[in-house]
Amino acid sequence: MYEWNFGYLWQYRQLFANGLMVTVGYSLLCIVFGLMVGLVAGIGGLAKTRLIALPLKWYVELFRATPVLVLIIWFYYALPVLIGVAMTASVAAVLALSLYGGAFYSEIIRGGIISIDPGQTDAARALGMTRFQVMRRVVLPQALRRMTPPLMNQSIMQLKNTSLLSVLALPDLVYQGQAVAHETYRPLEAYTLIALMYIAILLPASKLVRRLESQRVE
Amino acid sequence: MIDIQGLQKSFGDHVVLRDINMHIDKGAVVALLGPSGSGKSTLLRCVNLLTIPDKGSIRVGTHEMTYSGSATRLPGDRALARFRANTGMVFQHFNLFPHMTVLQNVMEGPATVLRAPKAKAREEALALLVKVGLQDKADQHPAQLSGGQKQRVAIARALAMQPQVMLFDEVTSALDPELVGEVLGVIRELAAEGMTMVLVTHEMAFAREVADEVFFMRDGVVLESGPAKEVIDNPQQAATQQFFARYHAAPAR
Repeated sequence: MYEWNFGYLWQYRQLFANGLMVTVGYSLLCIVFGLMVGLVAGIGGLAKTRLIALPLKWYVELFRATPVLVLIIWFYYALPVLIGVAMTASVAAVLALSLYGGAFYSEIIRGGIISIDPGQTDAARALGMTRFQVMRRVVLPQALRRMTPPLMNQSIMQLKNTSLLSVLALPDLVYQGQAVAHETYRPLEAYTLIALMYIAILLPASKLVRRLESQRVE
Repeated sequence: MIDIQGLQKSFGDHVVLRDINMHIDKGAVVALLGPSGSGKSTLLRCVNLLTIPDKGSIRVGTHEMTYSGSATRLPGDRALARFRANTGMVFQHFNLFPHMTVLQNVMEGPATVLRAPKAKAREEALALLVKVGLQDKADQHPAQLSGGQKQRVAIARALAMQPQVMLFDEVTSALDPELVGEVLGVIRELAAEGMTMVLVTHEMAFAREVADEVFFMRDGVVLESGPAKEVIDNPQQAATQQFFARYHAAPAR
């Protein structure tokens, strides 16, 4: 019978705390940048001019069809060689994850916008609003309300995806867990602890999303 | 006030408007009547360019737009918006903005399109709500209103832009019968005040009473037109007679 001993990990609490901060930090960065990319790609994908809409659609399809891990590795090892620019692991990681998240965010945003009753657009245009005003005053405010739960779900996935940054030796929570496991020869406790730490953050977030979803039902 | 010449519109292979020519005087109330698919709503939507015609010209007041088939370079978004600000439209399904209060709905046109100062827009919006009898609903949201109340707010919202022409697209078709009267009352008042109006409606008795002129449409053309009472009571064409026969046979409401 294995003898659990979490007490052993207490001396490494600083490492775990650092790992947590790094994970949360990268998550926030990738969520924010991802949302910015998603907003542009989502709204741009609805443009009438094929010159704008088509490349954006290609981007979305490409990034949705590639595993996150492959993207992260490719952005770190292959991209710098391709474009001749040196890249730190951090930059490559944030770039890869932001663009990956952006592709999914853009589909959520696009879906949210087209789900708004076309009668709303009719009424707004009939008042004399330009397309920009229609979007800003009537469509987006309603669409954003609808998009929030799926956007939050996607953000939860972004956070989970940051665990893959450990393969680039970025000192996130997983990386720290591995480091402690190797030093203490106690992988069970170390990995169980980081799993619990992820759950501790994500379970409340998930509950919040559920509450928002049920509130929204009109 | 309104001049339509040679208007044509198709959706893909389906020809909806074949060749529409119409003239509507200032202050006139015109009813567009006809069976489903005759093109009435499409024509109405062409008047304020919510639907862009394939060919023809439309003049509303001093604003004019001409289309000559695929050769036309379509006017920019701003030009179209300016054209539309000149007309007010009320829809069958209300289309009120659910994320705004009733008062904000009515204020929205002047505040955003005309860039009126908020205080002035609010004042005028309140006055319009009084006009349609809904001032005590000002701070409620559309979801809390009945159909008839929603439609009256929609009328106030359109009027806030001080349009030269009001367009009504089957505005009572989605209402419970008891609520139809309150909306028709507001429209009747507007007509009495001299607003130029075009109504697509199935309310024959109302059209007969309030409209000056009736255009009967079928298969994308205006088959018959003339003074309301004449066309409805004494139709000349066979198709028109057939259409109004049902109205005359039905018991009076």
